[in-house]
Amino acid sequence: MQLIYEKSAPGRRAITFGPLDVPDASLPNDLCRGKAAELPELAEIDVIRHFTNLSRRNFGIDSHFYPLGSCTMKYNPKMAEAVAALPGFAHLHPHLSSAEAYWPLCQGAFELVYETEKWLAEIAGMKQTCLQPIAGAHGELAGALLIAAYHRDRGESNKDTILIPDSAHGTNPASAAIAGFRVVEVPSHEDGTMRLDSVKAAMTENVAGLMMTCPNTHGLFEPVVAEIADYLHQHDALLYYDGANLNAIIGKARPGDLGFDVMHYNLHKTFATPHGMGGPGSGPVGVGERLEKYLPGPRVVKRGESFALEMPEKSIGRLSQFFGNFGMAVRAYAYMRHLGKDGLREVAEDAVLNANYIWARLKGTYTPAFDLPFMHECIFTAAPEAKKGVRALDIAKALLDYGFHAPTVYFPLTVKESIMIEPTETESRETLDAFCDAMLDIAKRIESDPDSLHDAPTTTPVGRLDEVHAARQLNCAC
Amino acid sequence: MSWAPATAAERDAMLDVIGVKTMDDLFASVPKHLRAKSWNLPAGISEMAVRDEMGSIAARNATGLASFIGGGAYDHYIPAAVDALTSRSEFYTAYTPYQPECSQGTLQSIYEYQSAICRLTNMQFANASLYDGGTAVFEATTMSVRLTGRSRIVLHKSLSPIYRKMLVTHTAHLQLDLVDGDDPTEAACVIVQNPSFFGTVADYTALAARCHAAGALLVVSFYPISLGMLKTPGEMGADICVAEGQCLGVPLAFGGPWLGVMATRKEHVRKMPGRIAAETADAQGRRGFVLTLQAREQHIRREKAMSNICSNEALCALRAMIYMALLGKEGLREVARHCHAKAEYLKSKLGFATIANHGPTFNEFYVRLPKSAEKVVAEMAARGFLAGIPLAPLGAGADTDLLIAVTERRTRAELDAFAQALEEVSCS
Repeated sequence: MQLIYEKSAPGRRAITFGPLDVPDASLPNDLCRGKAAELPELAEIDVIRHFTNLSRRNFGIDSHFYPLGSCTMKYNPKMAEAVAALPGFAHLHPHLSSAEAYWPLCQGAFELVYETEKWLAEIAGMKQTCLQPIAGAHGELAGALLIAAYHRDRGESNKDTILIPDSAHGTNPASAAIAGFRVVEVPSHEDGTMRLDSVKAAMTENVAGLMMTCPNTHGLFEPVVAEIADYLHQHDALLYYDGANLNAIIGKARPGDLGFDVMHYNLHKTFATPHGMGGPGSGPVGVGERLEKYLPGPRVVKRGESFALEMPEKSIGRLSQFFGNFGMAVRAYAYMRHLGKDGLREVAEDAVLNANYIWARLKGTYTPAFDLPFMHECIFTAAPEAKKGVRALDIAKALLDYGFHAPTVYFPLTVKESIMIEPTETESRETLDAFCDAMLDIAKRIESDPDSLHDAPTTTPVGRLDEVHAARQLNCAC
Repeated sequence: MSWAPATAAERDAMLDVIGVKTMDDLFASVPKHLRAKSWNLPAGISEMAVRDEMGSIAARNATGLASFIGGGAYDHYIPAAVDALTSRSEFYTAYTPYQPECSQGTLQSIYEYQSAICRLTNMQFANASLYDGGTAVFEATTMSVRLTGRSRIVLHKSLSPIYRKMLVTHTAHLQLDLVDGDDPTEAACVIVQNPSFFGTVADYTALAARCHAAGALLVVSFYPISLGMLKTPGEMGADICVAEGQCLGVPLAFGGPWLGVMATRKEHVRKMPGRIAAETADAQGRRGFVLTLQAREQHIRREKAMSNICSNEALCALRAMIYMALLGKEGLREVARHCHAKAEYLKSKLGFATIANHGPTFNEFYVRLPKSAEKVVAEMAARGFLAGIPLAPLGAGADTDLLIAVTERRTRAELDAFAQALEEVSCS
């Protein structure tokens, strides 16, 4: 498809601002740009057609099933979009929070922040939460900074190491490193879970904390998570919960009850705010009592009947300009308010039901990576198929031709030829059956016509693209 | 209350296929003693009730006042086509484009956005966006450290006090030396903002040259709309430029989601964090786009990655791209000219107050009032104006200092009424 710049015609306009109703003014030439930025010159219809046609070259949740392990691509309710667009939320200037004189003008926004943080805390069994982190990985960084602040405040400057399971998301070690920690990897047991012995083996007096996902990225609940928490606390180390898989246990178990000290939530995964092609997300951080006074600030507090701002006693400071991705919190709050106590619990039940249903239908044909019962996502290894010349990537690309987005492949790194399937709770049995039928059909083709899978996809706007060429020639702008 | 389509009968049938009896059997791996200790949440309410309730919460926020608040986020007009196009669910419900064949819409829009940012700034490479303007300053800092191997970070007085606070928080444990001033000696970078947080416009070409002579980088935080008029970071010789992209068609939304912009020179691109889309072709020679240079990222490099940034703000970047496409070459120049001229007009009407900037300004400036800025803004709100940002609470000025911004949305009538009201309120 043509680039928008290739459709440009000199002098064409979409938006004009009318005559200037004050005298024109100028700046000294040496402060001004040499010539105008070469942005495309188009009529509004050109812009509308261009981006409408681009949108049709995308799979989205509203058009396609996304069985994407680890990233929880569920349906995003439309009413959440509608409330986020209310002018009182969408067009509110955040600097109203910067001066006390303005606080009476943004009490609704303060209330929304306060209530969302309260709901999140109860859901995860945390003492407090803070909406400031702008994305999941930013929440991880917040958590790691909180762990660092805690140890420093206690005079334990030797605590410079974070333990991270080998199955963890790559952002965990990256976030710990950005927070100044040394990272030591802890191997998973061959059944896919963490063992207390492995944590013990990695423990030193320098360990500040351990970052875990539970259920982990193998889709398995960690059976000894409480013992690991106790052990860490005995050694003055804290336990971090990566909230990526929170939707699997919501209403069933709470990270705070399991012994976690700090965590992040992914509002775009658990609370169904749209992924937006890779963002915006939102990654609030939650803490237990130990870390409360170090939270980022300023924070919304309730004073009598009104809301005000306060800085926590020993705050790590400011992590975002204002209240993080506030618009995402509005959507998440609407989502929680609609589902309520029972609906939120049903999320976990249906998410786990759907994943186990897929697992049950495919396990006779594909090889499950682990023997333990899966939670909200199930993992297969395409290692046997790879021996026949068809890799996980080929299966993923073939699914595109059946009208399904591909599952996550080659993650977690601990599973060879990993195919990670997470249907979420918002898919119907009919959709799950159609997906399983496609997977079973692909399995037949692996036996009868493996080469046809190497050519997939063939029904998408482009076929497999040359990624090596893209990196070498590096054409990133025109 | 649920968005799950499963009926009770279907649930039972599916449990049968799985080979268990009850829903609870699916949670057998969660030990009973670890189940949720409390669940003190209210019952759900209907969609209709949620919308009513949230409508009344939103109504507790003041809207409809004429805004003169800037400070890094501006009340610019957002063309209707921006909302119409970004409401297409193939955009906003799509995932990160790791499967390029079914994500060409996302990838091409990112490529076009990167191109627009390069054209706007006169830089050679832009990424697919970062979280926001403040985290972009942080990422530029660590990028400078990677490129120079140095740890001294020089913060110019023009930099936003909020960005400065964010930088202190983010770098707390990175063994960096944050110092004030503009001396590039032994520095990884000098970070400036243009126009400054206080609205003053400057040319940092000479500083760029001094930085390069000292082996340091110049990082420029810019205001995208101002580049409809102002000398660009590229023209000044900046090595990395960053911005808060909210002004490019992204709603204020009480602080987010917004858009972190980053661009750099050709020689630094492989050290730039974040996602980058690149052009390539399929086996049949059809043009297509993919994410590239992923080996720098955390899903491959883990703790050795250049940054922990995993998501970007793709939907906000799309908004920015559509906004720039609608305005086009002339429109961006026009909106910048309107902002500047209207701010100059307002300045001319504020004879009773002292304009405190040293040097020219673009569309924002600060005044020293005869009385407390907090008192003034409270009284101005009662008259229908958001009069600006008192600087003292941000630790950026005296009790009487007020930062005032003007966008193309303010009419001459509003400017006249504002000037008159401000005089009455301040001098009473």
